[in-house]
Amino acid sequence: MAVTVKTFTSASEAAGALSSDRSARYFGGGTLIMRALNEGDVAISTVVRAQDQALTRIEASGPRVTLGAGVTFARVLAERDLGFLHAPARSIGGPAVRNMGTVGGNLFAPNPYGDFTVALLALDATVTVAGGFGARDIPIEEFLQARERQTGTLVLSVSCTRPASTEAFRYRKIARIKPKGGSVITLAAHVPISGGRIAGARIALGSMAPTQIRARAAERALEGRSLDTASIAAAASAATEGTSPADNALGSAWYRREIVGVYLRRLLSGQE
Amino acid sequence: MLELRKDIFADERDDNLKEIGKGTQRQDMLGHVTGTSSYFNDHKLQGMLHLKVVRSSHAHARIRRIDTAEAERSAGVRRIIRGADVPVNLNTLLSLINFGKDDEPSLAVDKVRYKGEPIVAIVADSEREAFEAVAKVKVDYEPLPAVFDVEDALKPGAPVVNETYPKNTFTYHEAYDHQKLRFGDADAALATADHVLEQRYQMSPIEHAPTETNGAIAAPDTNGRYVVYTSTQALFFSVDTCAKILDVPSNTFHFIGGTVGGGFGGKVDTLTEPLAILGAMLTGRPVRYVFGREEEMQYGPPRGAERIYIKDGVMRDGRVVARKIRCYFDSGAYTRLSSYAAVKCAAHLPGPYTIPNVYGDVYCVFTNRTPATAMRGFGVTAMDFAIECQMDKLANLVNMDPMEFRILNAYRDGDMKAHRREAKNTALIECVQVAAEKAKWPLREEFKRASSRKDGGGSRAVIPPTPADSSRTRPTAPAQQRTSYDRLPPTVTREPPREPPPPAPPPPSPRPAAPSHGATRFSSVFGTRRR
Amino acid sequence: MSKIPLQFRHNGRDVAIFVDGGTNLLVALRELIGDMTPKFGCGQGGCGTCSVLIDGELHLSCLTLAETVAGRSIETLDGMKQGLNLHPLQRAFADHFAAQCGYCTPGMLMAAKSLLDRNPSPSRDEVVEAISGNICRCTGYEPIINAILAAAGGRASA
Repeated sequence: MAVTVKTFTSASEAAGALSSDRSARYFGGGTLIMRALNEGDVAISTVVRAQDQALTRIEASGPRVTLGAGVTFARVLAERDLGFLHAPARSIGGPAVRNMGTVGGNLFAPNPYGDFTVALLALDATVTVAGGFGARDIPIEEFLQARERQTGTLVLSVSCTRPASTEAFRYRKIARIKPKGGSVITLAAHVPISGGRIAGARIALGSMAPTQIRARAAERALEGRSLDTASIAAAASAATEGTSPADNALGSAWYRREIVGVYLRRLLSGQE
Repeated sequence: MLELRKDIFADERDDNLKEIGKGTQRQDMLGHVTGTSSYFNDHKLQGMLHLKVVRSSHAHARIRRIDTAEAERSAGVRRIIRGADVPVNLNTLLSLINFGKDDEPSLAVDKVRYKGEPIVAIVADSEREAFEAVAKVKVDYEPLPAVFDVEDALKPGAPVVNETYPKNTFTYHEAYDHQKLRFGDADAALATADHVLEQRYQMSPIEHAPTETNGAIAAPDTNGRYVVYTSTQALFFSVDTCAKILDVPSNTFHFIGGTVGGGFGGKVDTLTEPLAILGAMLTGRPVRYVFGREEEMQYGPPRGAERIYIKDGVMRDGRVVARKIRCYFDSGAYTRLSSYAAVKCAAHLPGPYTIPNVYGDVYCVFTNRTPATAMRGFGVTAMDFAIECQMDKLANLVNMDPMEFRILNAYRDGDMKAHRREAKNTALIECVQVAAEKAKWPLREEFKRASSRKDGGGSRAVIPPTPADSSRTRPTAPAQQRTSYDRLPPTVTREPPREPPPPAPPPPSPRPAAPSHGATRFSSVFGTRRR
Repeated sequence: MSKIPLQFRHNGRDVAIFVDGGTNLLVALRELIGDMTPKFGCGQGGCGTCSVLIDGELHLSCLTLAETVAGRSIETLDGMKQGLNLHPLQRAFADHFAAQCGYCTPGMLMAAKSLLDRNPSPSRDEVVEAISGNICRCTGYEPIINAILAAAGGRASA
């Protein structure tokens, strides 16, 4: 049996088709679904697409940034107003993958992928999904925690507030191959400083758990303090708390635990 | 950039050759840059079918039952191939040169011995339909204890991986469970050495990861023959292997290959051709069997892992006087080429150094891991890694510069190697000298002046008396000896230079090799060919 | 089972084929059109040897659903030669020994073309970035980088 491809002109029709067929998967940039089909994943028998302009829209002029789920990483990189997201976008794949892979698809990318989502998690993004009665907003952390159950959900867009300053948002992907390679670990930190004190610290980690997670203990170590050697050291030593990394071909769980604090310290202290 | 050091050994070379020493364009370059080089998969054949295999989900299990009923009814399925359909369902690659016993089925019948072992092949109209049918095959396994460690596999009571070799070791000359090298009296020399250093080294399996995965397309020809397009690196070897497995004369096949999308040793195992041809024989249609990327990485054979113990005796002046080595080569579940790798490994001892007392035992061990195969210097690479690590540690131990330490111990023309062959055309000293020069690594003058062509032979050409082994028991694994190598950088003592090279200790009475069994004669695969 | 009709431009020529649902562009090009220049290496987006240009943009044909290229323009290595002459990139690859087994070469050339079409005089870092999605397992990256830089230099001076 060949795969059935259903193409719709509107996202809402696509969402309806997805919710009515458990075996259907949404096809965004193709880097996940086609890969599964190429490897012989026979669980996928229906593929749903939407050619809806809304899914590829970028709103980046104001303080609140919204990216349609179908926006590719190449388009993020081409958008000057999205400078704060250039480092995570550039860390993904080679040029061809960035021309194909989408912001929405990245939310579903398993380890060692999903780096852009790490950045979005540190930015407290909101995921807008198509629901039975129109669109519904879900905090990204909640979305990720329930990711296994989201395969029938159509993501419409992702939005977040622009970081207050360039220094407030930092991102680093640790790979064994430069300039491209799967993530050993990925880190993103949003440390807005108000009156010399950190207010609303967010540390997000990739490849440190089955999905991207926040390092809450590290966040607490920073919250309300100034960003200095002592607070950075405290955050670094708390970095592994609540993590559950796994072994894979790129690194062992042990290695990931060993290095996450080191790289968090370097990220927060602005070291290369 | 490439630099030819024509000043070295200039008198040994004729530089007026037409081709050698001159740059020339590859004959396949135009095909490569235009994309017209023809790889096995670049053939579009009318009515081609697709073959996929059901692979074992267990590392070691008895197969109770294989149920293909549902798969047979699956859409697009043309033929299901089981072990019983393979004319000669047991083979070992080197049986073509009469080396080793047949130990590996094309499709597992009673037992699986590694995770990913092929059990059933399905030929279908499309890849998708083949995948769908694969998912419908039910295999009832009785899991067995598995062994993944080479030394565990040799312990009494270890699970028997492969019944062809019930001791979990390859059998050499129908009698011996390892390759042996004996030269001089290593134990006596270790007892009188100034320092003894014993270390354990482990190298992991390494995947070749060719960009083109393993594969073959087989098509019936009108003259009763079969055309086979293949990714093989060993075309004639593959022809004969297929003839044996399919029990037909080798002129039944017209193999077309030669253009390989990266092999590195990983495309010599004839993994895909026999089933592709059998599929073509059973359906009368062209059949393609190509590995997916995960298959290539998970179940394609890797370079085998090796565990190596080295115990060296070194004198305060830097001479290595004894080297005792035990090596366990992890063959995985089947022999493939690891038996030969162990021979190569033994042949490489003790590295490119003149050491008067050498003792080596090299085992080819079966475990429930993916069968290993050839890869770029297999059998030698891991041993070199271990030996060169050891050389650095020894240099550190005697406070010598590691480069000078190598020059001191390097073999020279006329020296006797541990295999009782004279060293000829040696060049390690010159390599070290040039490497030091390029790295701006200071060498003392007498080491800069050393030459592979000076001071060799003489007492260094002598074959020392070699005691026969008193016992055939296998020694137990020693504990890893602690060293200060990593923690304390040595203060390199610049002792007054000695006369390099110090001659190896002269043996009491030079005499020919002791004819003790298995201890004195280096044997290659071809030298031991049964006729 | 119904086939899906599909039309697009292939190296400047209009083509029409029928594909099964779920067919990727690599299979469509190789098995339905007969253009064997893009290769299968991984099917995962990891190796880049199936790289093609879609409307001038570098894409991985093995991860592209064939029917999404309807009406679009596909360029492969098969269309790179200029008449009987090699493209400057092909000439530079040959001159710099930038191919060993040749299997990554089609993807490398398309990635390089994608770069030079937009950036005729790239820096070395830009070249490295441009081929960062393409694996050469014979590990011949240095000659490949040198070839691309030479092709760019030759073009700039021409």
